[in-house]
Amino acid sequence: MKLPIYLDHQATTPCDPRVVEAMLPYFTEHYGNAASRNHKYGWAAEEAVERSREQIAALLGANAKEIVFTSGSTESINLALKGAAEMYADKGKHIITCQAEHKAVLDVCKHLEQQGFEVTYLQPDKSGRVSLEQVAAALRPDTIVVALMWANNEVGTLNPIREIGALCHEKGVLLFTDATQAAGKIPVDVEADHVDMLCLSGHKIYGPKGVGVLYVRRKNPRVRLVAQMDGGGHERGMRSGTLNVPGIVGLGKACELARTELESEAKRSAELRDHLEKRIFSELDFVHLNGNREHRLPNNLNISFAFVEGESLLMGISDIAVSSGSACTSASLEPSHVLRSMDVGEDLAHSSIRFGVGRFTTREEVDFAADKVIAAVKRLRELSPLYEMAQEGIDLKTVKWQAASH
Amino acid sequence: MAYSNKVLDHYNNPRNVGSLDKGSTQVGTGVVGAPECGDVMKLQIQVEGDRIVDAKFKTFGCGSAIASSSLATEWIKGKTLDEALAIQNTQIVEELSLPPVKIHCSVLAEDAIKAAIHDYKSKNSAESATNEAAH
Repeated sequence: MKLPIYLDHQATTPCDPRVVEAMLPYFTEHYGNAASRNHKYGWAAEEAVERSREQIAALLGANAKEIVFTSGSTESINLALKGAAEMYADKGKHIITCQAEHKAVLDVCKHLEQQGFEVTYLQPDKSGRVSLEQVAAALRPDTIVVALMWANNEVGTLNPIREIGALCHEKGVLLFTDATQAAGKIPVDVEADHVDMLCLSGHKIYGPKGVGVLYVRRKNPRVRLVAQMDGGGHERGMRSGTLNVPGIVGLGKACELARTELESEAKRSAELRDHLEKRIFSELDFVHLNGNREHRLPNNLNISFAFVEGESLLMGISDIAVSSGSACTSASLEPSHVLRSMDVGEDLAHSSIRFGVGRFTTREEVDFAADKVIAAVKRLRELSPLYEMAQEGIDLKTVKWQAASH
Repeated sequence: MAYSNKVLDHYNNPRNVGSLDKGSTQVGTGVVGAPECGDVMKLQIQVEGDRIVDAKFKTFGCGSAIASSSLATEWIKGKTLDEALAIQNTQIVEELSLPPVKIHCSVLAEDAIKAAIHDYKSKNSAESATNEAAH
């Protein structure tokens, strides 16, 4: 067993060796520019790019012509939201999103607010989910885009995208969904799910970093975007810049693998995740599941260990690579905005750990992680004044705390 | 984030973990911080005369907070109340090589020492006042 054990697959994934193998010839052998139309090197690169487009489209139920290559989801989000806002500003200036979205979406929305757009930030329920009714109530005649993530990156909660998509289409509003965590993990079908724009990143699905996609619907309705990167007019004018051919080849292969193995992989990772969850819940008290047991990514597990601070827990399980929603682990010194939006309580936000199992995770690794986590939580609770108070029957919510003089 | 060896040592082998009888007049208890802020320290002292003969702590917080309070108990044991009151958070920062983002952990430890001594003093001045009144 290689230590530390990697259980942070929502942050990034290793490249699948089959992906690396597919990419290699495109660094040294077929190194042509996909835009070179007059020689064999260019043709080989272009052919590879078009094959990748087909592979990606197949995963999403899209047409290959609707795939725009970018550097990753952050860029795709910028292009989709800023591009649509600029294009449709005459129609309206209202955008709907959610407080639990990734910072890439929230920050783009903040930027658009400064440009005169109005943004409604829906508050998710305690499981991190937005309802169809909430979206319906927030829609206005001047709403141009609804931007909601398919799966949350911290708690793995799935939004009812199909229902929301149907509503948006009925009302003539564009639906953009950040599928960075969902694509390749759960079935995605842009037609049946009524999605107009969707983004994904290579490195979240065992592909390379630095490459991603924006799916842009071509009919019913035809989505038009104002380019955010000017230049040679690549990607139907929506994203200029020489194509990252090896990266694109890798992303295509990663999507093909994700599609063909989706069902078996979803089942396998859910079994591992459920095993980890069962062990933690049966061997520790005062643990809270963050997220939604029913509507959740198969490989995500987010747990708050009450009375134990997240960073100190990470220190105690240094043989496991995971993430915490604790303030102490973030540059901003604020606990996770996702958990805050879900209203789980600040104290529990400080105590949260996200486990993400992956394609190469084994049962042995999961058991090792469970042992370590359980032992570390027990040890830290022996050190915790809050655990002591809880055992004495003191309700921590009634205590008058003396914050430090900082 | 990389931790200094001293922080790791205190985290892995915390000194003086535990609780003293908070009902005892010889014991002063300081609880500082708040769960919403991600750190709560409970520091207790046992006093004989004006000397701290024992100290215990429990801390909910990051590794640096645990190390700061562990170090604080180590330092105050055997000191007089006045000597303990003179301990400053900057000494803790220096000893543990805390980075700037962790300075508040040392502040909290200093506050905890002061709160425990304050509790001991107010308990005993109240006691002596009651005793005097009874005479």
